[in-house]
Amino acid sequence: MTNALLTIQNLSISFKMGDRISTVVKTVDLILQKGETLALVGESGSGKTVTAMSILRLLPASAVYPTGSIEFDGKDCLTLSEDAIRDIRGNRVGVIFQQPMTSLNPLHRIGKQLKESIFLHQQVSNAEADNRALYWLNRVGLKTPAAKLAAFPHQLSGGERQRVMIAMALINEPDILIADEPTTALDVTVQAQILDLIQDLQAEMGMAILFITHDLTIVRRIADRVAVMKEGHIVETDLPETIFTSPAHPYTRHLIDSEPKGWPDPADEADETLIEVSHLKVWFPIQKGILRRTVDHVKAVDDISFTLKKGHTLGIVGESGSGKSTTGFAILKLTASRGKILLGENSLNDMDKSQIRQLRKRMQIIFQDPFGSLNPRMSVAQIIGEGLSIHNPGMTPEQEENEIIAVMEKVGLDPVTRERYPNEFSGGQHQRIAIARALILKPEFMVLDEPTSSLDRSVQFQVLELLKKLQKEFHLTYIFISHDLKVVKSLCHDIVVMKDGLIVEAGNSDKIFSDPEHAYTRQLMATAFQGQRF
Amino acid sequence: MTMTRIPISKINRERWRRFRANRRGYISLYLFLILFMVTLFSELIANDKPLLIYYDAGFYCPLVKEYAETRFGGEFEAPADYKDPYVRDLIKQKGWMINPLIPFSYNTINYDLKGPAPAPPSTTNWLGTDDRGRDVTARLLYGFRISVLFGLTLTLCSSAIGIMAGAMQGYYGGSIDIFGQRFIEIWSSLPTLFLLIILSSVVQPNFWWLLGITLMFGWMSLVGVVRAEFLRGRNFEYVTAAKALGLSDTRIIIRHVLPNAMVAAITFMPFILGGSITTLTSLDFLGFGLPVGSPSLGELLAQGKANLQAPWLGLSAFIVLSLMFSLLVFIGEGVRDAFDPRKVY
Repeated sequence: MTNALLTIQNLSISFKMGDRISTVVKTVDLILQKGETLALVGESGSGKTVTAMSILRLLPASAVYPTGSIEFDGKDCLTLSEDAIRDIRGNRVGVIFQQPMTSLNPLHRIGKQLKESIFLHQQVSNAEADNRALYWLNRVGLKTPAAKLAAFPHQLSGGERQRVMIAMALINEPDILIADEPTTALDVTVQAQILDLIQDLQAEMGMAILFITHDLTIVRRIADRVAVMKEGHIVETDLPETIFTSPAHPYTRHLIDSEPKGWPDPADEADETLIEVSHLKVWFPIQKGILRRTVDHVKAVDDISFTLKKGHTLGIVGESGSGKSTTGFAILKLTASRGKILLGENSLNDMDKSQIRQLRKRMQIIFQDPFGSLNPRMSVAQIIGEGLSIHNPGMTPEQEENEIIAVMEKVGLDPVTRERYPNEFSGGQHQRIAIARALILKPEFMVLDEPTSSLDRSVQFQVLELLKKLQKEFHLTYIFISHDLKVVKSLCHDIVVMKDGLIVEAGNSDKIFSDPEHAYTRQLMATAFQGQRF
Repeated sequence: MTMTRIPISKINRERWRRFRANRRGYISLYLFLILFMVTLFSELIANDKPLLIYYDAGFYCPLVKEYAETRFGGEFEAPADYKDPYVRDLIKQKGWMINPLIPFSYNTINYDLKGPAPAPPSTTNWLGTDDRGRDVTARLLYGFRISVLFGLTLTLCSSAIGIMAGAMQGYYGGSIDIFGQRFIEIWSSLPTLFLLIILSSVVQPNFWWLLGITLMFGWMSLVGVVRAEFLRGRNFEYVTAAKALGLSDTRIIIRHVLPNAMVAAITFMPFILGGSITTLTSLDFLGFGLPVGSPSLGELLAQGKANLQAPWLGLSAFIVLSLMFSLLVFIGEGVRDAFDPRKVY
């Protein structure tokens, strides 16, 4: 290990909250060698970001370091003076953050922000800095870099902003790049481009990368070595081949097993049609002037049609902005739409508000953000029971109580906890509460709007298994909206691929996964399943 | 453990704890409540009638019932004047009476002044008398009460209207919002004071008239914050979830969106209360407020201005007003900090 660039030894990090101290990183040893990519893997809350941020001492003031050292370039980063550590930040060690939307200052032009990091660490003229900023925007693959220099962050797409962030992190040619989930907030196809870019730049410049992620697909693609973190400990560090083929630690094995796989339970083709959507359009008007004349429309969903049989799952796949969530909302009449939506015999777009309200118990929705979909001021029993009192007004409190207990058991929640508030539960439990709230009305069909994308893989797996179990037990019909093709593959019978509000391809899931016809579908497949080296 | 039980949520208990941790706000609330409670019973403290009379083996309570002078052996059928030494002697011969702490009501004129009114502070009139010979202490007590009661009623009514209007505009948006906002802009730019002056020359203003008129122009203060909270809150996923459950709009507004807006509204309320009291005081000061003779802090201030040679008038009104507003501002600060999750105690 003579090439060690960064050596973390016996590092512990605690946070002081009032008089309580919670230790989130516990005696971590980590070595980063020149030119390698070390993937730091773990679920949310495992301490991976805290570990990485401690290298540059970017943690809030409440953080303390009871034990350990971080040796970089022969110096201990933990004991360096503020001036010395500032000299390392952005100069010797660059950082890319998760949220490209918020890590650029919205009030300054891209060029100014790029030049700022040059001026901080180098003595160059303004013209020279301009040149260098332009060169770097070119190098990170932005189209029309000269125009981008004068652009504000909001004029750039997410992928472009992340490219700017990479340029900012690398403009001083650092020895180490810390990439904290740099692709999580991006669409899959953009994700692949950014990963390619990072790898290309690494090959050119030879810097070491500390790559923090929870996504094992990315780890498979880019890591030279993998460190697995759990509850503040590093449980295993090894080559990716070894980790994926013969994981030593049970937790690593658990993580790998939690990757969504398998197929949905077979559904009967002879089932009757439950939902029929024809020529569905959701257009949002663009209004101008004081009189708010409608000058044009944003065509979020533009003339799509499909049918869904009882007991089947239809996957709606696409990138953000493709109109997949809007479609789900339109079917549930949560967004105004045009076209025909048939739920059994009922034509939803021809019914008035109160008729729809009667039908609501037949159709339910599960949202992406499980915590956000629960009112923080209501207890779990109140949240789950809310729909009951509307649709079954004759129920006595005892009957309601029994229903709530029964449904909580069904979704794997302990009924004893029903008087607690949402903030006392974990992400996976939040989603179970949301499922219970929908399930208690005994719906026929549910729209699942990315129900697992904000959950850790292992929790995601449990929620998916629960959804499958419930589908079997109650013969539920699902519309599953997702950008994650792996999850879709494991749950859906039929698939609709959407792009820019249009359906580009639709059909049986076996067929689409084995033989995608449309070029866009093929590109999606390629980015989702590529790089499975092991 | 039924669904109907309304739990005092943890968050509210935590807010109360944080309010108490703010010593200044807590003590201010305490003082304000004591003062308010005391003045609520002004009749028992400052009155020109005795609290209780024992006369000829019978009890009399002049506060509740009016007795004729003849009842106590006097000569006239007119109501007994308990300040009259003749009546006092009559009662004392056959019994006794308990007098309140301050033997003047807000409208009792003290005719036994040593000099011309306004008379300076003395042992009979602790803070002196005003220019009609009425006891300043008594008038302050009654004046404080009527100010706070007016302020509270105005605050509650204007908050109720403001919250409803803000909720409607924020929740439904669209044309309701646009027309509501334009209406409020026009309405709030009306010159309130002149309208009040005109109105008060048409009708003889009393407590309820004044309340109605000030309410007409004062309900807008909460609309903005509540509307903003609703605009934000209606997009929360749990609101969409409630919609998907089939809840009616009214129920969604009350159960899911309003609690968020209430935080902002409650934070504003002590300040609105202060503002309401200021409105009443300034109207009284200008002479367009409560009817002539009512105990009012504004009127006392006006007298202080007109009688600079009698500084006890202006000073005592000033001290009572500044004490009241300081307390309200401190309470308001405490409430605001208690509701602010970023502040840690």
